[in-house]
Amino acid sequence: MGPETLIEEIRAGLGDAVESVSDSHGDPVIAVKADSVRPVLAALRGAPFDYAVLLDLTCVDFAAGEGRLELVYHLYSLSRNVRLRINASVPAADPAVASLVGLWKNADWLEREVFDMFGVRFDGHPYLRRLLTYEGFEGHPLLKTYPWRLAQPRIPLKDDE
Amino acid sequence: MSGFDYLTTRLETAIGWGRKFSLFQYPFITACCGMEYMSAACAHFDMDRFGAGLTRFSPRQADLLLVVGTVTHKLAPVLRTVYDQMIEPKWVIAFGACAVSGGIYQNYAVVQGIDRIVPVDVYIPGCPPRPETVLDGLMKLQDKIQEQPQDWRWGRKP
Amino acid sequence: MEPTTRIQREARPESMLLNMGPSHPAMHGTIRVMLELDAERILSAEVEVGYLHRGFEKTCENKTWFNLLPYTDRLNYVSPLINNLGYAMTMEKMLGLTVPERAQLIRVLMGEMSRVSDHLTCLAAMAMECGAFTVFLYMMKAREFLWEAIEFTAGARMTTSYIRIGGVRADLHPDWRGAVATAVKETRKVLKDVSGLLDGNSIFLGRTRDVGILSKEDALSYGWTGPCLRSTGIPYDVRKAHPYLLYDRLDFEVPVGDRGDNYDRYSVRMREMEQSLRLLEQISALIPDMAPLAGGPAVEPAEAIRRSRRQRVEGPVALSPNLEGSEMDRLAGLMAAGGVGVPPKESTYTTMEGLISHFLFFMDGKGIRPPKGDVYFSVEGGNGEVGFYIVSDGTDRPYRLHLRAPCFHIVAALEQLVRGRLVADVIPTFGSMNMIGGELDR
Repeated sequence: MGPETLIEEIRAGLGDAVESVSDSHGDPVIAVKADSVRPVLAALRGAPFDYAVLLDLTCVDFAAGEGRLELVYHLYSLSRNVRLRINASVPAADPAVASLVGLWKNADWLEREVFDMFGVRFDGHPYLRRLLTYEGFEGHPLLKTYPWRLAQPRIPLKDDE
Repeated sequence: MSGFDYLTTRLETAIGWGRKFSLFQYPFITACCGMEYMSAACAHFDMDRFGAGLTRFSPRQADLLLVVGTVTHKLAPVLRTVYDQMIEPKWVIAFGACAVSGGIYQNYAVVQGIDRIVPVDVYIPGCPPRPETVLDGLMKLQDKIQEQPQDWRWGRKP
Repeated sequence: MEPTTRIQREARPESMLLNMGPSHPAMHGTIRVMLELDAERILSAEVEVGYLHRGFEKTCENKTWFNLLPYTDRLNYVSPLINNLGYAMTMEKMLGLTVPERAQLIRVLMGEMSRVSDHLTCLAAMAMECGAFTVFLYMMKAREFLWEAIEFTAGARMTTSYIRIGGVRADLHPDWRGAVATAVKETRKVLKDVSGLLDGNSIFLGRTRDVGILSKEDALSYGWTGPCLRSTGIPYDVRKAHPYLLYDRLDFEVPVGDRGDNYDRYSVRMREMEQSLRLLEQISALIPDMAPLAGGPAVEPAEAIRRSRRQRVEGPVALSPNLEGSEMDRLAGLMAAGGVGVPPKESTYTTMEGLISHFLFFMDGKGIRPPKGDVYFSVEGGNGEVGFYIVSDGTDRPYRLHLRAPCFHIVAALEQLVRGRLVADVIPTFGSMNMIGGELDR
């Protein structure tokens, strides 16, 4: 199944939820609105699209230029051996989107990581908390506004400056 | 009392000899250097022939803390707790560039060298250090242990 | 004091909480597993990760495209060349480069040697934690031969930064055939011995058979890939599904398990190592011997430097083909055109223009400039699908670089896998997952 027919099928199946369609070096990419993320991905997971695997969920910080954070979902369909990328933008001031917990089991940790690194809230997540940094860490490291070298030590360190 | 001093220096040498050839290590392994630690400990570059082969996975039973790999700020309190649990005399080796100085990582997450947390005796640089370098560092530590004043009267700090 | 974790909040008052880690004997790095126990039976588990979070993704936003290559080595640090490969191929997709065939052959060779060392390390650690220390020593011995073969060519045993954007850093060492053949032979011997020690061993079987079973549906729901997914029976391998490099021309099978338990994960890895060794033999036969240098008798390096002070040195310099300085003639076979590789040292050290182009390659603000946009590419790593998602804004450094870590998803399933089992089952289950901290925590 070529990417063009795939995109047509998705467009036909999902209708207005798909805001735009593009191509990234040969991979199909669709953009959806933030509040339709969960229904769109649930539809993609079921027949006939059959995207059984949520490969990855990440975020890109475009707050400085465009005032938004872009969530990027990568899906993979085992039966048809095709990948799909879904972009959804949330406003940088109050980033929140529906959680995918219940659809895929790895959504739990993936969303915790995006929350930890970018501060995006996932409504419906059973227990959203930091994953890679620690409790007591202030700020979200991968945002462009967080200084690269700002360390927050947990115990007093001996400085030899 | 030169005779008594002669005996105590001989005894100190003997204790130093015993301590340096029976190091019980606690390998605090975190990252990539752990792979080279495994190589150094295995048949090809045997650490056991230096007496340092037995790994004791409890800090209470170990006397050499080998910090292998990157220590992050999240892990720092754990390292300090492990070090505090060890009983004197104890030594620390910083194994790998990340343990020595933070290595190639200078950012919000990594402690710039474990000597900010615990006192270090020998630094083994390398990213990761070759097993021969590790053995060299171990031998330097053994020299240091031999020359250290040994406390054979319990209670006095070495 | 310690911050409260989910398990501390939700634990029943009559159960016991046991904390394993973050510094613990299972040599997988740092991970903390908290268990809620009723005598020996696990009622629930919580896994805390992030103890090796070294800020890889943030660091990459501050380094140029070329300079961040050593950071990719330290992701999955038991198979570093595969991470290099993933990053390099993602950049090549973004830049639209074609890599010369010799470089592709060398990449497959290095990638498969890395894959075998990954599986050897995983199974060695798993067996050692089940008590089979001999297996650990045997497999480390085999790994030494592989690392020696890699070191001949790449200069370093582990974190090599050998596979670069556009190709590879240098050509193979003249004695590479012998080194690779010895490594393959010794690894085969070790695999046969280990098979004899573990395959029918009732203690090992008791600890791994029907322990840590995950069904196909759950594995897909968790996003499992790689040997762990194949152990449940799904034959998904990126090398077969989306062939890259020359894998569509090579002959290898994808072993699958049937039950998805620890023993299947062990057995899939053992059979995969045999397939990788077959691939190594095929690739060794395909790589042609290096053509002798054209252009007259080779000059000794010291003599060439002395002569270059007067005028440009024509003709080849007598160096080992995998050292810097022997690149000019071989460059067409090793690096794609387009200025993405380090300029050849012959011109750097002997001409002014070469020196300037060398500086311009490395300096901040210069160097590789991919077009604006984003790209995703994945390769088959030791643990599964290693994907790189890169966003570029046209400058000299990434805007965002994200690693799709295979063992992130695999470890996410640990809580489910150990629920209801005994404490001792945690060890082989966790060992068979091959959690690598550098990849998990980035």
